[in-house]
Amino acid sequence: MKKINKKFWLGILIALAFYGIVKVLLTTGVLSDVNQSMLLLIGVNIMLAVSLNLITGITGQFSIGHAGFMSVGAYTSAILTLDYNVPFIPAILAGGLLAAVFGVLIGMPTLRLNGDYLAIATLGFGEIIRIIMLNTEFVGGASGLSGIPAKTTWTMLFFFTLISVVLINNFIRSTHGRACIAIRENEIAAEAMGINTTRYKIIAFTIGALFAGMAGGLSAHTFYVITPGSFNFLKSFEIIVMVVLGGLGSTAGSIVGAVFVTLLYTYLREFPEWRMIIYSIVLILMMIFRPSGLLGVSKFSFGKFGKKEAKANDTIESSGTP
Amino acid sequence: MEYFIQQLINGISVGSIYALIALGYTMVYGIIKLINFAHGDVFMVGSFIGLYSAKYLANAGMPPIVVLLLSLIISMTISALLGITIERLAYKPLRKSTRIAALITAIGVSFLLEYTGVLILGPQAKGFPDIMDKKQYHLFGSSIQVESNQIMILLTTIILMLVLQYIVRYTKTGKAMRAVSFDVEAARLMGINVDRTISATFAIGSALAAAAGVIFGMTYNSVDPLMGVMPGLKAFVAAVLGGIGSIPGALVGGLLLGTVETEISSLGFSSWRDGVAFAVLILILIFKPSGLFGKNVREKV
Repeated sequence: MKKINKKFWLGILIALAFYGIVKVLLTTGVLSDVNQSMLLLIGVNIMLAVSLNLITGITGQFSIGHAGFMSVGAYTSAILTLDYNVPFIPAILAGGLLAAVFGVLIGMPTLRLNGDYLAIATLGFGEIIRIIMLNTEFVGGASGLSGIPAKTTWTMLFFFTLISVVLINNFIRSTHGRACIAIRENEIAAEAMGINTTRYKIIAFTIGALFAGMAGGLSAHTFYVITPGSFNFLKSFEIIVMVVLGGLGSTAGSIVGAVFVTLLYTYLREFPEWRMIIYSIVLILMMIFRPSGLLGVSKFSFGKFGKKEAKANDTIESSGTP
Repeated sequence: MEYFIQQLINGISVGSIYALIALGYTMVYGIIKLINFAHGDVFMVGSFIGLYSAKYLANAGMPPIVVLLLSLIISMTISALLGITIERLAYKPLRKSTRIAALITAIGVSFLLEYTGVLILGPQAKGFPDIMDKKQYHLFGSSIQVESNQIMILLTTIILMLVLQYIVRYTKTGKAMRAVSFDVEAARLMGINVDRTISATFAIGSALAAAAGVIFGMTYNSVDPLMGVMPGLKAFVAAVLGGIGSIPGALVGGLLLGTVETEISSLGFSSWRDGVAFAVLILILIFKPSGLFGKNVREKV
């Protein structure tokens, strides 16, 4: 236990060092604006991927509605800062909380469903949220909200991202996280072992939605404008792609996936006609030749666990996917 | 009342397009448990092939009915080959891997088809030629109108459904398909060529989607490379609605979805149309988790 703690703090230290280096580069102006907005985008995407990983990778509940939670958070926080002059941090937190409420609401009725039925129901919920936004004049209808103050700075983003990754990762490693993994591996067996599967599924959905909502708020305050169209099911797909490309069920994998997909997207922007074609070919080839993702099932522990435990995890996780 | 019936007729013709696409989803899902997200784009490809062959044939001076039948057949054949190719290249290597990997591949194939389409054909919508003259008939002397197009759509759908029923019930391939969807391993042990059966499923599903594409083009007179996204999604919803894996379910789901959508639009809520479609889906799933016609399979321990 002591060893893990040491590694944990070492990891935090490395992350803070990274933060410092980027901060210095930003203040000295070495990093251009393009690079800065890419960094912010990467941070937002890491939050999205890590939170979806909790739902899909850890708990095994296949959800294609993550962009819906994101949009709830984005709209809530944007309206709070635009119309009610609420300070930035409370606005982001409020966005996350409302998204979490939606997580509960969506989690409860759909828990009877599993596998692909759950997937299509969550897709439906995401689209319903989008269409509600599209038809509500209060939130700007089809043209969305614009003129949102660009309050997301590198410092804000970094700490939000760091805190969400640490919180989610600690949750995964807790007793509750183990219960979620048990549900992913075999729901009936988990139930038989006395795990309240319904409760844990709702918990996973709620936490996932909470952080997706905060990510939505952060992205709204990065790019000035939000429209319902930017939170459609293609956005949800994009988040799933990050999680799966990185390695389903691994927090480190989700981070790597988020960085990889964001970089791919950004650098392919130079070839607009070929961008989506190259992207889709990368996707197909990745799945055919490395279906377990870039990092496979490696754990996020800022280093390796004891050998015994790592081995046990490998055997479990190689079989488990929804 | 007459207005309602009028909308019902319009809804059925939209619904039959959904139903034709939904059949492909349902058959593929029934056999390899894969949500084939690229299916909506096969529909798009089918529509474009229909467009070009119809133009070519009409220029060659063929009579309208021949143009219609030939372009349907050409489009269905090429799309069937496309379906087989996609299955062989993209899905077959993944048959042993996880379902989410297969799903991501399907999304990849979908993007590939869409944006290759954009690259080759350009992003603008293209006009679909009028193959047949549009005539309007009044039903029983009332004000209810039926267009010749709608009759043609319904006829095509019914004929294709009957052919499909025949194939699935009475032919050797159809029996093999049912066997594979029941239990892949047992089917293989009984000497069924599973790979060939899966290819046949993809071929039939893609051919039906292509037929839907041609009909869609004739109805809305406009086709573009991204047009498969929404109908594809809707058709998938229809398949789930009816109980995925069930052929009558896909038909009923498609017709139900089309009717509900048209009625909602006619009441003046057209911007809520898609939302209502998904709300209906969620409601049905909550009360009947395996769809209207789905078998409720109890998981065994």
